[in-house]
Amino acid sequence: MIEMKPAVKLPTTGERRMVTGDYAAAWGAMVSRPQVVAAYPITPQTMIIEHLAEFLAAGKFDAEMMRVESEHSAMSAVIAAEATGVRAYTATSSQGLALMHEPLFVSPPMHLPIVMSVVNRTVASPLGIWVEHNDTMPQRDTGWMQIYVEDGQEALDMVLQGYKVAEQPLVELPMMIGMDAFLVSHTIESVDLISQEDADAFLPPYKPVHAYLDPQRPMVVGAAAPPEYIQEVRWETDLRMRRAAEFLEETDREFGRKFGRTYGGMIETYRLEDADVALMTLGTVTSTAREVVDRLRAQGERVGLIKLRSFRPFPAERLQDATAHLKAFGVYDRAVSYGVGGPSYIEARNALYDTTTMPILSFLAGLGGRDVTPQDVELMFKKTLAAAGRGRRASGVHWIGTRGVSP
Amino acid sequence: MTTVKDLPREDYFLSGHTACPGCGGAMVVREVMKVLGPNTVVYMPASCLLIFSDMYPYNAFKVPSLQILFETSAIAAAGVKRALKRLGKDDTTVVAFAGDGGTADIGMQALSGAAERNEDILYVCYDNEAYMNTGIQRSGTTPFGAWTTTTPLGSTSEGQGKNEFKKDVPRILMAHDVPYVATASLGFPADFLKKVDKAKAKKGFRYLHVLAPCPVGWRAESDSTVDLAKLAVETGIFTLLEYEDGVLTLNREPRFTPVREYLKLQGRFKHLSEGQIASIERWVKDKWERDRALAKALGPKPKVPVAIVR
Ligand SMILES: Cc1ncc(C[n+]2csc(CCOP(=O)(O)OP(=O)(O)O)c2C)c(N)n1
Ligand SMILES: [Mg+2]
Repeated sequence: MIEMKPAVKLPTTGERRMVTGDYAAAWGAMVSRPQVVAAYPITPQTMIIEHLAEFLAAGKFDAEMMRVESEHSAMSAVIAAEATGVRAYTATSSQGLALMHEPLFVSPPMHLPIVMSVVNRTVASPLGIWVEHNDTMPQRDTGWMQIYVEDGQEALDMVLQGYKVAEQPLVELPMMIGMDAFLVSHTIESVDLISQEDADAFLPPYKPVHAYLDPQRPMVVGAAAPPEYIQEVRWETDLRMRRAAEFLEETDREFGRKFGRTYGGMIETYRLEDADVALMTLGTVTSTAREVVDRLRAQGERVGLIKLRSFRPFPAERLQDATAHLKAFGVYDRAVSYGVGGPSYIEARNALYDTTTMPILSFLAGLGGRDVTPQDVELMFKKTLAAAGRGRRASGVHWIGTRGVSP
Repeated sequence: MTTVKDLPREDYFLSGHTACPGCGGAMVVREVMKVLGPNTVVYMPASCLLIFSDMYPYNAFKVPSLQILFETSAIAAAGVKRALKRLGKDDTTVVAFAGDGGTADIGMQALSGAAERNEDILYVCYDNEAYMNTGIQRSGTTPFGAWTTTTPLGSTSEGQGKNEFKKDVPRILMAHDVPYVATASLGFPADFLKKVDKAKAKKGFRYLHVLAPCPVGWRAESDSTVDLAKLAVETGIFTLLEYEDGVLTLNREPRFTPVREYLKLQGRFKHLSEGQIASIERWVKDKWERDRALAKALGPKPKVPVAIVR
């Protein structure tokens, strides 16, 4: 089990500056040296592509930048570029990701390791521009890896880590990196802007192994296929998603050795070892939850925290190990699967079915970008503590801070 | 210049594909590929072409090919070209072969975007005037009055075939002021090959719209493909034109054979009333008047630099 280390001053490899999360993501993209960037603007992702365009205009960045006419085309353009044999990057949010739904399915079976930053934002209706995970969560079964980050530094670092994992010849899957609208995208924090030199030392140039378009060595990339062949493609894509888990862990460790920061791989834990109950969070709520854990610990409550970083691949084994000693487990989600509960709650229940009979609770809060307060998180812990020892019957879905429904 | 006589023997779109007998689309692709040659990357969307040429484990192209989605021909070809440029292979031609549905309807947004950005690709629309792959449904380029499976016959005004006239895609592309827009017909191979040659040699966005009769969908004899393509031009219902560097040229003054000579060879028009035929005749007349006026208006442009670079 990897414990969160207390905050220490980390060595700076590049230049440390106060920047937004969008700037950090754009910087991460730039130093990853994609050769084709295609994107379409949408709040709160716009600054990512604006900054890339500025880097390009200033001569700091060298790539084909395609200012396309829609997100459907942005995704299709990066698919085509990767299929030709170069590294490609895009970024989007909300409605843009929904519009990409159709092309999202294309790249995983085709072995195209695209990396995309997604600023998590509400998908209409009602129309809203604040954080919700109902844009990325419904893309679960497209074959994309899905990572959720907590701050600007992680948004930057994961672009570099993302290409490294995605381009592993045994993986070759695309990755989307979710970053909470405004809370990450527009929040100004101190970020280590990794130098090009250090980035190059960590991430070598992309060499396509299985898919490329070269008149010297003709191949079909894509094609239609009858039922005699498609099931094997599905099996093989599933296999690569399973393999990705190990590379996510290893790449994070390697990143730590080089840059002095790690994120725990697919999950990060906080004060979990001797906890009786724990909450699992993803995205920026994690920062609030750490504070609440400290506060409740000070009051003598044995509570801990798990930060879910990877939603696909889902870290089932690591969760089984991390929760083996718990008496109850709460799972926070910023999206709802109507009529069932939070998506990561559904995943967690499935992952833990074989290893525990403790109650697992679903907490829904902060949908549409509503603030999730320390009191909200405390209530989640209180409900989880109350459920401890009562077995699976105490499970259930709890709407937190919902007017007229719950406190 | 490639002429019919010195057309390369070498094929890059090979026999063994599974197109129907007399498929105009397959003929278009074969001829274009002969001119484009081996240093080419092909994109094709969902369409008859994809199904009859690249159904795993078979492949009819001798050059690399890519398939993504139905409405992504222009953007996918553009993405390939941008990547090839980065790889130092700017001399490779990237061509998209798309049907009329994938071009005029669902693919129009990406097509317009790529044209406006002047992406360096050749886009070939083989126009068989309906969604043939899904079983002969009407498209934006289906002609007025034509029977299709979504414009079936019946006793009401909804049962007289397609109620709208053919969408003029080349004119839409001309409005984008791209370097090259041309129409061609399988019935006029010399004109067709000349246009492919020109399109291949130019840089920037190039659009070729080729009439490609579909005997199955048009309810015609499978050996009538070329005759129909010829008659379409000679009746004036399909215009051979070329828009090059801002100048529109009408390439062939047709004989104006009565349109009904063309219509009567096709089962899809069998039900037409005299009134409907008169409407088509009127449409042809109006189109020629408009295109002539347009060709006159779109004469040589004053020479000004397109982009001013410091
Ligand atoms: C988004 C989407 N909608 C619908 C389809 C179904 N579809 C596949 S091919 C096709 C028709 C193609 O028509 P056209 O572009 O004219 O080519 P043709 O088959 O006539 O050669 C349709 C509707 C699809 N593949 N994707
Ligand atoms: Mg068609």
